[in-house]
Amino acid sequence: MVGLRVKTFANLGAYLSTFAPCVPTYLHGTLLQGLYTTPAIHVDVTGVFTHTTPVDAYRGAGRPEATYLLERLIDKAALEMGTDPAELRFKNFIPPFDGVDQPGYQTQVALQYDSGNYGPVLKRAMEMVGYEELREEQARGRENGKLIGIGISTYIEACGIAPSAVVGSLGARAGLYESAQVRVQPTGKVSVYVGSHSHGQGHETTFAQIVADKFGVPMEDVEIVHGDSESVAFGMGTYGSRSLAVGGSAIMKGIEKVLEKGAKIAAHKLEASENDLEFADGKWTVKGTEKSISFGDVALTAYVPHNYPEGLEPGMDFASFYDPANFTYPFGAHIAVVEVDKETGKVDLKRFIACDDVGNVINPMIVDGQIHGGLVQGIGQALYEGAIYDESGQLVNGTYMDYTMPRADDLPLFETDRTVTPCPHNPLGVKGAGEAGTIGSTPAVVNAVVDALAPFGIKDMEMPVTPEKVWRAINNKH
Amino acid sequence: MIPNKFDYERATTVDEAIKYLVEYGDEAKLLAGGHSLLPAMKLRLNNPVKLVDINLIPGLKYIREEDGNICIGAATTHYEIESSELIQGKISMLSQIAGSIGDVQVRNMGTIGGSLAHADPAADWPAGMLATDAVLVLKGPEGIRNISAHDFFLGLYTTSLAENEIITEIRIPIPEGNVGTAYAKCLQPASRFALVGCAAVISKNNGLCDNVKLAFTGVAGNAFRDRAVESALAGHAPDVDNITIAAEKAAADVDILSDHFASEDYRRHLAKVYAKRALMEAADNL
Repeated sequence: MVGLRVKTFANLGAYLSTFAPCVPTYLHGTLLQGLYTTPAIHVDVTGVFTHTTPVDAYRGAGRPEATYLLERLIDKAALEMGTDPAELRFKNFIPPFDGVDQPGYQTQVALQYDSGNYGPVLKRAMEMVGYEELREEQARGRENGKLIGIGISTYIEACGIAPSAVVGSLGARAGLYESAQVRVQPTGKVSVYVGSHSHGQGHETTFAQIVADKFGVPMEDVEIVHGDSESVAFGMGTYGSRSLAVGGSAIMKGIEKVLEKGAKIAAHKLEASENDLEFADGKWTVKGTEKSISFGDVALTAYVPHNYPEGLEPGMDFASFYDPANFTYPFGAHIAVVEVDKETGKVDLKRFIACDDVGNVINPMIVDGQIHGGLVQGIGQALYEGAIYDESGQLVNGTYMDYTMPRADDLPLFETDRTVTPCPHNPLGVKGAGEAGTIGSTPAVVNAVVDALAPFGIKDMEMPVTPEKVWRAINNKH
Repeated sequence: MIPNKFDYERATTVDEAIKYLVEYGDEAKLLAGGHSLLPAMKLRLNNPVKLVDINLIPGLKYIREEDGNICIGAATTHYEIESSELIQGKISMLSQIAGSIGDVQVRNMGTIGGSLAHADPAADWPAGMLATDAVLVLKGPEGIRNISAHDFFLGLYTTSLAENEIITEIRIPIPEGNVGTAYAKCLQPASRFALVGCAAVISKNNGLCDNVKLAFTGVAGNAFRDRAVESALAGHAPDVDNITIAAEKAAADVDILSDHFASEDYRRHLAKVYAKRALMEAADNL
């Protein structure tokens, strides 16, 4: 791929909401490098006022649009050139870089990717789906009039929002750091006050895991407090897949401060030098001896400082702020397998494979849950969803009797896997998983439908790919 | 989301319910399962002043065989019909129709009488009633009258049920001889109503169809029998070729509905496809 020129018209609705102009510009234009080495990229975005509802960020926001454009385009190119769409992707992937020994990848559209290794996710997704055999099955099916389609999509996204200086230079009037307060109680139990609100993302679990792991205390001894401005001093919020990368990193800073102070107290109590101590399994031990003091005893000492290091403040309570050095850049490869009913145009999603790389994973089940939910939303956009207005501007599908939400029985069991390419610039090495599913899945589904319809010479389908649209395309009724 | 203000009454007998209907006329509405009425009230498309709950009236929930008919009490839920062994054994299509309605919650609450009285153009039951030549038993201040399903559905949400009448029972003649039935439904993906629903009843004698009944819902303003398809298949063997030819004649002479899920020509096409699917399955069930 030698160049990409993009002209985007974005419907912003009748009024501007807070974030509306950012979505098709900062979040869309800056993602047009994708996973590819394209050396020249130009993007021109025109926002358009219309009579429709004002828009704002929706899971993925801007990145799904960029991914859709790139991944439909590369499939079209493969079709034109008679190349396998997977092969064309492999040929154009940015080579691996870890962001530690090799520098980050400077894109043509402002961002610098933190770390990436793109070949393995697609390779793994292809193994999972059984790509070669599936292509053979597709060919056999076509001979019998069976319309099977295989659609690939790869994606990268920018999340872990955001370095304050960067967003400031783009016009934001806020810093996008996060704060956390780690308070060790005299009992050795830990309360963590976090600015990242949790409403189903499982922060209470993930954050508690980090704290329990680092302090060597049971998870049930860790209390995560959020969402109450009377007790949480400060918070910037949960969005842009940032809670763990930014909020979790703020907790990590607090943890480090606790361990640093704890080591001073432990050294005093054990009559040893701080340098001779090691902390593991919830206690400080003098290296090479059995002399140790537990996390709980150190906590109690901090609040009952009778025998205490000179000049050290009592208490064990630290507020920390973390401002990320860069965005994080999760990536992945998704493959959809569909079968189209030629008579009715209905698309049946038979399988969906997602191999994602969200950096280090703290809680696999929660990450899987985020991916699953994201996939459903992305698939919904591909096949079902969309606001429909009539000629007078009336919203036609304003209730869930008329607006098609994807349902469990519309979907196959998702097949997911991961590779791990740690983020080099945050203490947890995590990237973000909240939006990945929505970003990668939509073009995979549409690519699969277009692939299924290839025998009819169909090269494109507009979302949502409803049965009537497919029927019209097959029968050339426009 | 919030309905207009209304009064709520709980009738304990059919006569008491009729009394309210007489007293309040078109300002009263009967509440059975509520799965059509309550959403309409929340959208303020329907604004009854008096809501008369008939759920506590005893003796309106039953399924029994009587004089060659399956008799279903009007307040019988979709789920009760779906799971009735009597119906599964005698006219399996009715269980199939019941099982295709909405979702589990809807089927547990919604009633056959309520669905028929509401006469949603996309409801599933009307097609089943027409294809089985069902008779509806109505009770009003003047007493009881029976009406054929063919005379009941008049148009979009319009039936021949008088303002002061209540459906008490549905009688479905049990088909005799070698009969196959089936219901084929193209789901409206959001509501799960029928975008096109097709009920087919075929009876076979000496290898040929001696009687074919085919009814559609979702296609036009009200459910209807498609005589063109029926007569094209009658007298022929119910094989794939004959069924395909007959199904091609579907929905030829009706005003076809159009919405954002299916335009007029696509819906007509779907009617042909689902006529074929229903007839093929009915033939398989012979």
